[in-house]
Amino acid sequence: MPFACIFVPDFPVEALLRNEPVLRSQALAVLEGKPPLQKVFAANENARRAGVVTGMTKLQIEPCPGLALRTRSVLQEAAAHAALLDCAQSFSPRVEDAAPDTIVLDLLGMELLFGAFSKIAHDLARRTLDFGLAANVAVAANPDTAVLAARGFRGVTVIPESKESERLGNLPVELLFAGEQNSEQFLETFHRWGIRNLRDVAALPDVPLSERLGQHGVYLQKLARGDTSRTLVPVDPPLVFEEAIELEYPLTLLEPLAFLLSQLLDHLCTRLATRALATQELRLELELADGYREEEDSVGTGALARPSRAQARQRFRRTLRLPLPLLDSKTFLKLLQLDLNAHPPGAPILKIHLAAEPVRPRPGQSGLFLPPSPEPEKLELTLARIAGIVGEDKVGSLEILDTHRPQGFRMQHFAPNNSFSPQGHRVTEKSNLQFPAAPVTALRIFRPPAAVTVTVQEGRPTFISCLKRKETCGEILWTAGPWRSCGDWWEQDGWARDEWDIAVREEASIGLYRLVRDLLGGRWLLEGSYD
Amino acid sequence: MSSFPLFPTEAVRRPVASVASNLPVRVFDRLSALPKLAEVTPASRLTVRPAPEMITSGVREIDALTGGLPRGCLTEVCGPVSSGRTSLQLAVLAAATQRQEACALVDVSDAFDPASAAMAAVNFESLLWIRCKTNPPPRHPSTALRAGSGTEKTNQKHEDLYRRRMETPVEQALRVTDLLLQSGGFGLVIIDLGDVSLKIARRIPLTSWFRFQRAIEHTPTVLFVVTQAPSAQTCAALLLKLSTFRSKLSALKAPSHTELLHDLQIETEILCSRIARKPAQSATAAFSTKTVRTG
Repeated sequence: MPFACIFVPDFPVEALLRNEPVLRSQALAVLEGKPPLQKVFAANENARRAGVVTGMTKLQIEPCPGLALRTRSVLQEAAAHAALLDCAQSFSPRVEDAAPDTIVLDLLGMELLFGAFSKIAHDLARRTLDFGLAANVAVAANPDTAVLAARGFRGVTVIPESKESERLGNLPVELLFAGEQNSEQFLETFHRWGIRNLRDVAALPDVPLSERLGQHGVYLQKLARGDTSRTLVPVDPPLVFEEAIELEYPLTLLEPLAFLLSQLLDHLCTRLATRALATQELRLELELADGYREEEDSVGTGALARPSRAQARQRFRRTLRLPLPLLDSKTFLKLLQLDLNAHPPGAPILKIHLAAEPVRPRPGQSGLFLPPSPEPEKLELTLARIAGIVGEDKVGSLEILDTHRPQGFRMQHFAPNNSFSPQGHRVTEKSNLQFPAAPVTALRIFRPPAAVTVTVQEGRPTFISCLKRKETCGEILWTAGPWRSCGDWWEQDGWARDEWDIAVREEASIGLYRLVRDLLGGRWLLEGSYD
Repeated sequence: MSSFPLFPTEAVRRPVASVASNLPVRVFDRLSALPKLAEVTPASRLTVRPAPEMITSGVREIDALTGGLPRGCLTEVCGPVSSGRTSLQLAVLAAATQRQEACALVDVSDAFDPASAAMAAVNFESLLWIRCKTNPPPRHPSTALRAGSGTEKTNQKHEDLYRRRMETPVEQALRVTDLLLQSGGFGLVIIDLGDVSLKIARRIPLTSWFRFQRAIEHTPTVLFVVTQAPSAQTCAALLLKLSTFRSKLSALKAPSHTELLHDLQIETEILCSRIARKPAQSATAAFSTKTVRTG
């Protein structure tokens, strides 16, 4: 029963390099702690060669030439760990989350899908690199041997069955205790005995070892021989697709923000594609550089400080909702850019957090005889661009409200249905509306309605004059009406009006208009023209 | 059929040197670059451009007059106020939405009436309404767009962005129409310039109409333009002029109280049609509309 292990050495460093790949060739040290007591938490190989050791203070390592310093980011480590899990689950459904930097896979039956185990190991290494992480991959007959090999050997390692002891022999004894707590005592004992590598541990006599170190010593010997056997504890993590990045310096322009968003979107889309999912909602959260001031309670009793108004504005959130599931990072980036252009953050940006809501992708099959309709990705971009020109509330489709109030409608997002979607079938049924036998006399609305002065004789308007529409001034030839309507009298914004249809002689023709008298305000308004 | 040159053969066989010796070098180079007349495609091998697909306008009389509206072409409808343009526009919109085609209405004056459209059986789920007659959106004061926070090029871009936000409704409409036609997939795009004054409408450059016409060529999109007077000129494949019969009535024949808008007679005249091969003769048709109140 073969198992594979993916181990990312210097995991905190790799999590940072995922978003800053240009630093991979440099010496990089990750600091943790509050200044000025920051200490080295992790360093890459180049930094170690330069003399950087874990636990050194920032002052000690600053003189190192060419050394890049970054602050540890728990958010980025969580995102990297989630990416590692996604990568592993694209090869096997049984995956154990052994450590933040270590994932174990059960490859039973996978050779039929992906080929030989060595090929699977190389594909795993390549896939983790696509996710931005340089990992060691090892395949062995039991999980513990695979973990030891991945932690001890660089690159890809395949250990044939019954060769575990031979291959693991040269690895240092410290590997047996990686990730264990309270292991200093065992390590010190082994060092006192002159045990330096796993071959020496495997060669120890069983009974004396158990007498001196107990069952744990026997277990360590089995590990060194590659004789352990256990079942995996499979993980079923919640489907959370989030990426985050913390910035060293505040960002003040939208162009570099777009560059960083592009990276995060690429990571998200890769992870979604790995699980054959798409997304219909993107949530962007930016931490801004507004200061946070602690204010004491006015009573001064030492109660919890009330957060200042500055803290309430510290986070900037935008949510992008799409009518259909999409998985195109370029489209997402363009939509976010257009949205941020219309609603800029208003302060320098310190942290970026991007989350995607996973959904099943939409089926791609369409019919041969469907009427023309715009592609969803292009349509969203077009609508976002048009909204940037005319305003967000001035583009969309109509929804007539259930009210008698004049102009009772609201704008909503435009999402045309096609007959292949379940909603489209309902639209097909609804769309068989009764066609009028003749065209309807249409009204063209004046927004806002034009204020007019009307001369009334015997209760009927006879003359009209309008400052804004000089062509409408003149004698009213014919009138029809009034039609009275009112409503919402129980609300503060109730309305009551008389509507007249009038014909006014103009230069070359006769114009037909709707004249309205506002009964509450007493004004005369020209509401529109019949055309 | 054999082809023959249109000038004497001796002129063709004349040595180049003797011709070159009589002409300046620059003129000779230009003459050499001209295509030879012997390579002209004969008329028998010329292909006929296929007629565009016609769709119903929603009005029987208009369909009988013009054959419908052509796909992939620009159709312009002009007329004064109360001439029936918007009624025809709603009928065309209703017919297109009933075919479940995605439609877009670029409303330059924000004059669209949802109640009239609902009575005309327009399916709002298939209609994208763009309202251009708006106040320009306010500029957001922000650190990211603050002048001086970036390079000179960035500041210039911000100023361009600010200036663009002060566009007139017609300029907005032209840009929006460009975006819609480039996006593609719409069965009907209507540009409603019905309330735009003649002075402003005439300022729309012909290149814009030409660009729209080229954008919809070989596509199933119908571009329907409503204006007070012809604006698209040669770019329109079909140009209709509307007027109302009632305007010709004398003031003595005043309609009754409920008949003011009922049975409004609209006269339609084809001013120009590039769809038929033969030049279009002046043809007219009339249709009537019913009013919302009495319907």
